[in-house]
Amino acid sequence: MSSAASAARVALVAGHADFAAGLVSAVDAITGRGSQLVPIQVRGLCGDDIQALLRERLASSGALVIFTDLQAGSCTMAARRVLHEVPGAVLVAGVNLPMLLDFVLSPGADPVAAAMTAAERGRVAVSVHGSGK
Amino acid sequence: MTLVLNRIDDRLIHGQVVVGWGQPLDVRFIVLVDDTVAASEWEQELYRMGVPPEMEVRFHSAEDAPAYLDGYRTEPRAGILLTGDIATMRRLVDEAGVRDVNVGGIHHRAGRIQHLRYVFLTPAEQAELREIAAHGAVVTAQDVPAARAVPLEELLASREGA
Repeated sequence: MSSAASAARVALVAGHADFAAGLVSAVDAITGRGSQLVPIQVRGLCGDDIQALLRERLASSGALVIFTDLQAGSCTMAARRVLHEVPGAVLVAGVNLPMLLDFVLSPGADPVAAAMTAAERGRVAVSVHGSGK
Repeated sequence: MTLVLNRIDDRLIHGQVVVGWGQPLDVRFIVLVDDTVAASEWEQELYRMGVPPEMEVRFHSAEDAPAYLDGYRTEPRAGILLTGDIATMRRLVDEAGVRDVNVGGIHHRAGRIQHLRYVFLTPAEQAELREIAAHGAVVTAQDVPAARAVPLEELLASREGA
């Protein structure tokens, strides 16, 4: 069994202000599986402290997946640095609710594979209705 | 256009810089002055990956940046000058004619006192900001464009979380 397959299907969710807590509470309200996601709030932390927090949460949760909100965000930048030290882990930037729902409901055991599938699900879940005219 | 913002931010390139300031000011390049980043290709690649394709990042050490800033100020596109600490910006004030300084984010660290939600300073850093002002630069704190620019003396007198 690979290290990814043996890891818990848990992920960190990190973002600006209360973004992560809001998303995780929404996942919990819809599926009851919010406990598979660890929300990270970084208000007031410098880049080094964000990295330290992510490192500690990865270690304590056994997660190999980090979802972040914004490509250029400080959580994403810190997560890239941390994942440089964690073989087999993945970062998905640009998380949305459909993505997290897919991740927690994924039937597979491999968290990295679940994250890859969820990322694609989140990407195609954005739609625009109406012509605006 | 010119360098439209001279910002001290210990997170360097992140959401507030790229999106918060970058989009409304139509910023097309960031001048990142930081000795650690300037010495590391890996660090530079990390920051390049954080900006949209239409935005360029130029990396300099504190030593070589002053020679380039006049050229950047004459570019037709808007740019942001970014340092991760006060000392580097002070050098650019002294040696490269920076005349307005935005304190955008100096976060918690041991020995620092919280002044604003996003500004924590040691006594030495407070003195360094005063020295920047004494050298003729206008220093204000403002994390995002929609926020009020807080003048230096008000910033230093403020105490949050006390």
